[in-house]
Amino acid sequence: MILNIIILIIEVAVVLGVLLLHVAYAVYFERKILGHIQARLGPTEVGPLGLFQPFADLVKLFFKEDNIPFGADKFLFTAAPVIVVTCVMTSFSVLPFAAGWVLANINVGLLFILAMSSLGVYGIIIAGWSSNSKYAFLGALRSSAQIISYEIPMGIALLAVLIMTGSLNLSDIVYAQDKLPWGMFIFPQIIGFFVFLVCALAETNRTPFDLPEAETELVAGYLTEYSGFRWGLFFLAEYSAMYVMSSMLTICFLGGWTLPPFLTNLLPILNLVPGIIWFLLKVYAIMFFYIWVRGTVPRYRFDQLLKIGWKLLLPLSLTNLFIIMIIKKVFMP
Amino acid sequence: MGSMEVKEIKEQILTTQNVCILPEVEDNLETKEMILNMGPQHPATHGVLRLVLRLDGEEIVGMEPHIGYLHRGIEKLMESKTYAQALPLTDRLDYISSPANNTAYAIAIEKLFGIEAPIRAKFIRTIFCEMARISSHLLWLATHALDIGAMTIFTYCFREREWLLDLFEMTVGARLLTNFARIGGVRCDISPEFVQGLRDFTKEFPSRVQEYETLLTKNPIWMERTIDIAQISGEDALSWGLTGPCLRGSGVDYDLRRDCPYDAYPYLKFHVPLGENGDVYDRYLCRMEELRQSNEMLKQLLDQLPEGEIISDDSPDFVIPTPPRQVEGAGSAASAFITLSKERKMINTGDLYSAVEVPKGELGVYVVSDGSGKPYRLRLRTPSFVHIAAMPALSVGHMVADIIAIIGSIDIVLGESDK
Repeated sequence: MILNIIILIIEVAVVLGVLLLHVAYAVYFERKILGHIQARLGPTEVGPLGLFQPFADLVKLFFKEDNIPFGADKFLFTAAPVIVVTCVMTSFSVLPFAAGWVLANINVGLLFILAMSSLGVYGIIIAGWSSNSKYAFLGALRSSAQIISYEIPMGIALLAVLIMTGSLNLSDIVYAQDKLPWGMFIFPQIIGFFVFLVCALAETNRTPFDLPEAETELVAGYLTEYSGFRWGLFFLAEYSAMYVMSSMLTICFLGGWTLPPFLTNLLPILNLVPGIIWFLLKVYAIMFFYIWVRGTVPRYRFDQLLKIGWKLLLPLSLTNLFIIMIIKKVFMP
Repeated sequence: MGSMEVKEIKEQILTTQNVCILPEVEDNLETKEMILNMGPQHPATHGVLRLVLRLDGEEIVGMEPHIGYLHRGIEKLMESKTYAQALPLTDRLDYISSPANNTAYAIAIEKLFGIEAPIRAKFIRTIFCEMARISSHLLWLATHALDIGAMTIFTYCFREREWLLDLFEMTVGARLLTNFARIGGVRCDISPEFVQGLRDFTKEFPSRVQEYETLLTKNPIWMERTIDIAQISGEDALSWGLTGPCLRGSGVDYDLRRDCPYDAYPYLKFHVPLGENGDVYDRYLCRMEELRQSNEMLKQLLDQLPEGEIISDDSPDFVIPTPPRQVEGAGSAASAFITLSKERKMINTGDLYSAVEVPKGELGVYVVSDGSGKPYRLRLRTPSFVHIAAMPALSVGHMVADIIAIIGSIDIVLGESDK
């Protein structure tokens, strides 16, 4: 019994450690790619090719002054970053990285992740409220409206995946895709994939939906009054959320850690590569797409953003659901 | 003062100034306007502009711009300097296109005292003016796009702007505050390397403009953010006193370079781009076309560049110290310079208004001379000052996010508006 608990704690520590390292390097990855998109170099100074930059940033954040503005609600102000980080980190526990590589193989994995990303909004709105600043307050209002609006099309897009699989267990979703000859749910759910991709951009506050922290209008949105390590926690949560969303896309639409069967039949040598490699490759391809989008497009206005969510993505996701229901009934009884 | 009192005062300030405190529960749920202070320290106000916004939700119901945070008293300072000494102050007006300001001032003083600059000097001044226009428009595009969220354009524009600044540096030694024009000519001649460098730039630049346009002009998000925002009709723009691309974006065909040509502009062929709707998008298109036109003008100027003197003989306060003679008989180089540049009094009397087209609009110089060798009064009609006044009319009814698009599109520089 005690042994099991110890093993579990070690597992959690290992997964969390490895993931945090990934998140730290996701920042480096973004800065480097964005730099090259923008005709500059990105980090180069700390270590070879700037590889130790994430650690330098971490040390810097640790030693910064921890400032709580006068008139702020101290308890909520301190609690908000913790809520945000906890919600995102908990999502990691149900993500399968390869066959059997999952901390908690629960049967409601999909729902769990949706629930956690919804709970994260509390952290944001509390942060905006407790900061006692107008910019933070506006940012928090925007953010909560945005995340709630985009959760609906996202949930409906995932509902179609659910219909195809018949299970909420994330590993089962991957196994279900493996049975298809092309090995991915992206066909026939191409619309669902698109909807999820756009919603994931909005859920993680990425360009073109980065309104909550639109630097040029709201200074830094709900983050305005945060500094030092509390700010670092928000930052960590944001990049972890990006990681979670990319993993969800990989698991639900791109076949997780598996390769399409026709590809492995053609080149059997690919079977020797461990599944985690394919998983990470797919995740990083999606992350690269996010960064590419950030380097290319401007930002939407708040009303335009809500209009897209309700008037474009919601009907699209319902269409997708309808198509998938017909396909399921007619071709895969 | 006791610590209790301090605390009370702080609490008082908090209750009177803060939004986050909501009315008591017993009150009925009336909505209240929120007052948001944007600036003077804010990433999107392009300097130290302060906007007091009255917001209903995210919609702007009222707006009041406050200027003066960068006031240096340039007009008053100029009254205490001789005409030539006042010239460097004009650099500090619109500090991102200083050659254009210098030229505006120099032309006004030349007209007042009947000094005629040599033809080569006029061409060189015009070359610098057009370079300044391109560099100013590049900075405008960079910040305007960054404000709306397209961050890549920013570095692309700065890449080309660097090129121009390097060319400035090659001739003058300074990158931003060039102080290049002189009353009756220019400070120094341009070198063949400079001409070659500029030719390379003009060859390369149209493809770069194309690159910016690929990223923005037909981008649906960019179009949604800019079309129909801050629309102003031609008549309204005229009555607000808008000039430059802000006026031409509304379809009013008015460009001093063509309508009242000065320096080398009579020798150039160019067309003045016009907008139709007078919104942020049309002003954007106008400026993009102006970038191309300026590039064409630079090509023509380099082709037609005549030989000759660079400074008129009757230019005041201007003696070029030649290095060997400078040291002769003087303790140091600096004192030799002082002895050589004796002040020549300009004692004509009269007053005059003269205006030129700077990148942001019409820069007018009104100068009154009482024969003392210093301006009795010197008034600068700077475009940014006039444009800021039109901001409330442009922005009421739009949303907070549009404010930054509007600030970007009227292209203000606070150094120029606060003077």
